[in-house]
Amino acid sequence: MSVLLETRSLTRQFGGLRAIGDLSLSVNTGEILGVIGPNGAGKTTFFNLLTGIYPPSSGEILFNGRSIAGLRPSEIARQGMARTFQNIRLFRQLSVLENVRIAYDAGLACSPLDALIHTPRALSRERESIEASMELLEMFQLGSHAEDRAGDLSYGAQRRLEIVRALALKPSLLLLDEPAAGMNPSEAMQLTEFLRWVHGKFSLTIVLIEHHMQMVMALSDRIEVIEFGVRIAGGKPEEVKANPRVIEAYLGTEGELP
Amino acid sequence: MKYLAQQAINALQLGSIYALIALGYSMVYGVLTMINFAHGDVFMLGSFFCLLLIAIVPVPFWLALIVVMGATAILGTLIERFAYRPLRNAPRVSAIITALGCGLVIQNTTLGISPYARPMPHLLDNVTYQFAGITVTTLQIIIIGVSVGLMMVLDFLIRKTSFGMAMRAVASDRATVSLLGVPANEIIAVTFAIGAALGGAAGLLYGMAYPVVSAAMGITVGWKAFVAAVIGGIGNMRGAVLGAFILGTVEVMTVAVLPSTYRDLISYSLLLLILVFKPHGLLGKPTIHKA
Amino acid sequence: MIGMTPWTKNRYLPPVLLVVGLIVTAILPSTGLVNDYLQFVIVSIAINAILCVSLNLVNGWMGEFSVGHAGFMALGAYASAILTVKLFPSAPAALIFPAAVLIGGTVAGLAGIPVGILSFKTRGDYLAIITLAFLMIVKSGLENIPYTGGPRGMLGIPHLTTVAWAYFWCVVAFWAIRNLVYSKYGRGIAAIREDEIAAEAMGVNTRAAKLVAFVTSSFFAGVAGALFAHQLQFINPSSFDILKSTEILVMVYLGGVASLGGSLLGAGVVTILTQCLQPLGTWRMVVLPALLVLLMLFRPAGIMGYRDWNWLKPRLSLKLRSKNEDKAERGKEIVS
Repeated sequence: MSVLLETRSLTRQFGGLRAIGDLSLSVNTGEILGVIGPNGAGKTTFFNLLTGIYPPSSGEILFNGRSIAGLRPSEIARQGMARTFQNIRLFRQLSVLENVRIAYDAGLACSPLDALIHTPRALSRERESIEASMELLEMFQLGSHAEDRAGDLSYGAQRRLEIVRALALKPSLLLLDEPAAGMNPSEAMQLTEFLRWVHGKFSLTIVLIEHHMQMVMALSDRIEVIEFGVRIAGGKPEEVKANPRVIEAYLGTEGELP
Repeated sequence: MKYLAQQAINALQLGSIYALIALGYSMVYGVLTMINFAHGDVFMLGSFFCLLLIAIVPVPFWLALIVVMGATAILGTLIERFAYRPLRNAPRVSAIITALGCGLVIQNTTLGISPYARPMPHLLDNVTYQFAGITVTTLQIIIIGVSVGLMMVLDFLIRKTSFGMAMRAVASDRATVSLLGVPANEIIAVTFAIGAALGGAAGLLYGMAYPVVSAAMGITVGWKAFVAAVIGGIGNMRGAVLGAFILGTVEVMTVAVLPSTYRDLISYSLLLLILVFKPHGLLGKPTIHKA
Repeated sequence: MIGMTPWTKNRYLPPVLLVVGLIVTAILPSTGLVNDYLQFVIVSIAINAILCVSLNLVNGWMGEFSVGHAGFMALGAYASAILTVKLFPSAPAALIFPAAVLIGGTVAGLAGIPVGILSFKTRGDYLAIITLAFLMIVKSGLENIPYTGGPRGMLGIPHLTTVAWAYFWCVVAFWAIRNLVYSKYGRGIAAIREDEIAAEAMGVNTRAAKLVAFVTSSFFAGVAGALFAHQLQFINPSSFDILKSTEILVMVYLGGVASLGGSLLGAGVVTILTQCLQPLGTWRMVVLPALLVLLMLFRPAGIMGYRDWNWLKPRLSLKLRSKNEDKAERGKEIVS
């Protein structure tokens, strides 16, 4: 199995605080990797490092075998790494369609001059982006909302739209930051099915941060456990569940591991 | 050497006045993270209030200072209450625009009432002293003395009193502080009042030192103090004072070497330069971007 | 409605109307139907509309706060006036004027580059301060250049801004900015306003988008400045002070942020209002800022904020809408 993403001794400090310390792990092509850990373990910081929102203090990030540490987030996104956010970050004032198009546009070559005078090239790009984005929206039952303001959608639809928007980047790697946050168990199970379908349909590799343990256990091929920015365990879901260090980490804080 | 010392006194005089105004900008920014563009015009009104007061009753300097500071304090509180408070939870841009608008309303109203610059009558007997060949006037001593005195009072107020503590708390986290029962609205109002009072005092002192007052002063002088506050790191009190003395020195030096029309050019270029290399000013703390 | 195309959706209508408009505006002055004063007002509305829509790109669509627009305008005005007054005073107007306007726009557009670059890392208040510093530097810089008359400014600029030229450039500005707004860059610019970090994470090159926004915005401010100089026939640094910027800000926030129609509306209303307030003298300058404050308190997005008239949108986006409406229509039929 080939490695899609790899971090080597990834470290990030905020002032004196070490949010991520010496983290080395890898994601295989095609797998679903769960990342769990108590609140404040540094999981979201980990995503922010991968996607380039923070530069690492030290260490390497290899994506498709190339180093991406220090690249701007948009460059990393265009290389095929898409993400959602823990607290939904849609472009609320813009339409549902525009939200998706913004991500789709990233892959379209169109110079500022093309845009300013709407050359045939720009127009064909416009048409392409509308059609592809509509197709995607319809696939996710959001087509009839295309012209609605994204901020007006229901909570569940907003979560869905954020995933659609990420998929519009045509990513090879999708990072999901607590997609089930704020959902009840039955909604979370629906989401599990949905993500499984997305994973197969778009032949994705997924890294998933989640607190709903049932969902993580059901979805993940492998799980990595982080505490205080350091990897404390990893392996198959059953192995992780039985790992005494993991149980201790969770019991010490929340004790919600089933 | 004598020349330099003389210029240093001039720089100190201009810097003191800038510092008084800059503190008002910085205090409000510290508490509300809002640029109070109208503050320069409150300073300008300080001069006009003084003019008006002397025209009605010839009062001594000290009384004029107190009355002017009181009047501008009331004005500052009114602006806060009726223009800024309704926008406290609106997007930041709305607040800046409102402040800019308020400033221009004050400026042009003053311009409408008094279209021409007016001379400021003497409030004091200005005696000239000679120290080792350097001339110092009573006026200069009073301006520098009053400014430094007011700054010391403010420093004491902020660092040693319960009001100062509450103010710093509001600055760091308004939402939480309100939950804890600190009257955030009152603290903000008082902050505006103090800032405006200092601006008013500066207006009076400026009018005495450069004895012509005009409606444009809010921009020509007031905004310079704003530049000083940003150079020092807006929101930081010491930064405001530091920035003010740096700007005062730079301006006095500019005028000594170049025609005085270069003053604005140099000051605003300095501002731009500082913002490029130290985006949060000399003593300002960078705000942590939460992703 | 079904089966009938409304006349507003006719693809040939906008270009035909534009050409007719150009012919009308070209002939209008010689007919004697509109007097000089009315012509002056019409030209002013066109110039202000260019200023308003170009500032709207930065302040409305991108959601930043620039107060430096008068500075870009000044650069365009001075650059073009240098060309027509100093360098080629005897060149034929038909040749030199388009070139002067273009060069005015280009000079201002180039000045937009450093401001755009500074906006990469600076946002909100601090960017506002930078644009303020830019405005003051341009104004006080011009005051110290003897070549262009220092604080007295430049006199004897030929009157070249005809109604037709003003109309032409106004159409160009709206057309180009509309194109930009309905493009990859325009959506990127709006995404920056909504959430800059999310925009970057979704592949938007925010630096390119900001640069395009600032350069386009300042280019058209320069164009407007050039037209302004050749309308009034004299310019001085104080014509381009903070009050001029405020005037444009009022147009933007009155008409509506992120709106082409709003820009047109704002420019029209404010221009006519300032003409009506002329008898008030200095007090006129109290009304505009006061209006700005009232707007912020009661209607911060303006009359047409974030909306637009259909006839100002490109056909491509309309086609999609009608397709969706058809679907919704059909859906309703099935239900009933």
